[in-house]
Amino acid sequence: MSTKLLLDKANIEGIRFYKAYRENGGYAAVEKAFKMTPAEIVEEVKKSGLRGRGGAGFPTGMKWSFLAKPEGVPRYLVCNADESEPGTFKDRYLMEFLPHLLIEGLIVSSFALGSNRTYIYIRGEYAWIPDILEYAIEEAKQNGWLGKNILGTGFDCEIYVQRGAGAYICGEETALIESLEGKRGNPRIKPPFPAIKGLWESPTVVNNVETLAAIVPIFNMGGEEYAKIGVGKSTGTKLISACGNINKPGVYEIDMTISVEEFVYSDEYCGGIPNGKRLKACIPGGSSVPILPANLLFKTAKGETRLMNYESLSDGGFATGSMMGSGGFIVLDEDQCIVRHTLTLARFYHHESCGQCSPCREGTGWMKRVLYNLEYGKGKLSDIDLLWDIQRRIEGNTICPLGDAAAWPVAAAIRHFRDEFEWHVLNPEESQVRNFGLAHYADAREVAV
Amino acid sequence: MIQFSEKSLLKVQEIIARYPEGKQKSALIPVLHLAQEEFGGWLDVPVMDYVAEILSITPIEVYEVATFYSMYNMKPVGKFLFEVCQTGPCMLRGSDDIINYIKTRLGIGVGETTDDGLFTLKVVECLGACGYAPMMQLGKHYKEHLTPEKVDAIIEECRSFSAINN
Repeated sequence: MSTKLLLDKANIEGIRFYKAYRENGGYAAVEKAFKMTPAEIVEEVKKSGLRGRGGAGFPTGMKWSFLAKPEGVPRYLVCNADESEPGTFKDRYLMEFLPHLLIEGLIVSSFALGSNRTYIYIRGEYAWIPDILEYAIEEAKQNGWLGKNILGTGFDCEIYVQRGAGAYICGEETALIESLEGKRGNPRIKPPFPAIKGLWESPTVVNNVETLAAIVPIFNMGGEEYAKIGVGKSTGTKLISACGNINKPGVYEIDMTISVEEFVYSDEYCGGIPNGKRLKACIPGGSSVPILPANLLFKTAKGETRLMNYESLSDGGFATGSMMGSGGFIVLDEDQCIVRHTLTLARFYHHESCGQCSPCREGTGWMKRVLYNLEYGKGKLSDIDLLWDIQRRIEGNTICPLGDAAAWPVAAAIRHFRDEFEWHVLNPEESQVRNFGLAHYADAREVAV
Repeated sequence: MIQFSEKSLLKVQEIIARYPEGKQKSALIPVLHLAQEEFGGWLDVPVMDYVAEILSITPIEVYEVATFYSMYNMKPVGKFLFEVCQTGPCMLRGSDDIINYIKTRLGIGVGETTDDGLFTLKVVECLGACGYAPMMQLGKHYKEHLTPEKVDAIIEECRSFSAINN
């Protein structure tokens, strides 16, 4: 079973342009929402149970209700399109192929929040996408959905696209705001939260692309109906960008009731592992979240089927679970080396650390160098404990979550694959030419079949 | 003397108009992109000083931003900049082999430029194309699902483009 709310029209010819988008029901959510008051819109979003799709999963309606509304001070909505979490490429797909869906969601959200200038902050490397978005914005404007006095409500709104210039940290909302102000992307100390003091000191809401796109189906079907899709607090649908060693990498929309096993092996989704290889491990929610060995991926430690949703993926905490995160689903087959893979992630976080907090600035580089030694056969057994110690001292000790994001992948790799690290130390030469054997990482499916 | 073209100057005005009065510093990142494109693919100090002047901010405000973001080049690069992703998801799909292939094919190391000034090889971190790995950025666009054959074709394409435009 697959419910599609965001990508249902993705294959319609010309859907990237206004005419086809409008003919297929586009902008109906704006017509509906503009008959409501901003407060009613926020209530509707609360009812939907929508949670932020950028990674943190914070309830969107609640975030909106925190927005301060002092007299005579402008408020801003900023769309976070700085998608940079390794394994994640879903927002790119939405913006590239369904730009009007995002614009429509932005108009409804801007109206709800009272934002007359709304910005889309997009990562600089997606250099061809601003043209697509700006074209869609222009089309929307020509047709009266943006500009002055939209639909006779007296509400004015302009949407602008701002390109970043290469910095993962700008996905963190206060770093993004700094960057939008023309500064280095150094996260701010909170409080004050952006809802009180954000862009140019004004109350600001920052939401992910997918979150804002999901506003459209919520108003088309109603918040209560939206909340009926999914399980528990995982309502609606989620985009998953699947990559790594699978037959069908790509962006998939799931309702959050399917099992992880189905997602990996079904031809509707990842289509299994290429070349008859076995599954070794998976990072289910973008590179920051804990890696899981195959035996904990399909079933929780309690032996329950693990589902593709917020609660089930995090079942067992960090000891035996992971997180939904941004939906960046990275699959590793039996030929992959956990030490090498962890090294690339540690290098990534070191490169992306803004340098503001010393535990992160120094710690990420230190972890990278220790992992480098381990990977290239120059490690000691005590290095594994050293790595554990470093990551423990970064986590929770930084202004923004980049420190945690850098610590978690290293911690999880050691937690679940310690013997592979040890094998690297004890077999320095052999580890250069082949990977550690599979043993208990055997594919859960192998047992079942 | 460093001076934006008429067209770019208009673009700068258009960008500044996106922000409230007095918040023109917000235009810095987009304007540095324009400057890098127009003034030879990198940001020399006089170029940054010029940007500071047109945005009415101090030069240090430009330097600290230019050095923070990885897309700004702080030294000259070749006409074609190959930025190959090497992060986890690309590594799983063979980016190490692609990087080695490009090194051998062009006879340069990472961070180096070919003697004819045509190609620079840079390794970068995740560009958000994990499902289409291995990949690289070339100018404004992504080249995805790279294979040695595809790399050869890209190099040839760049060479003939350069020959026609010289």
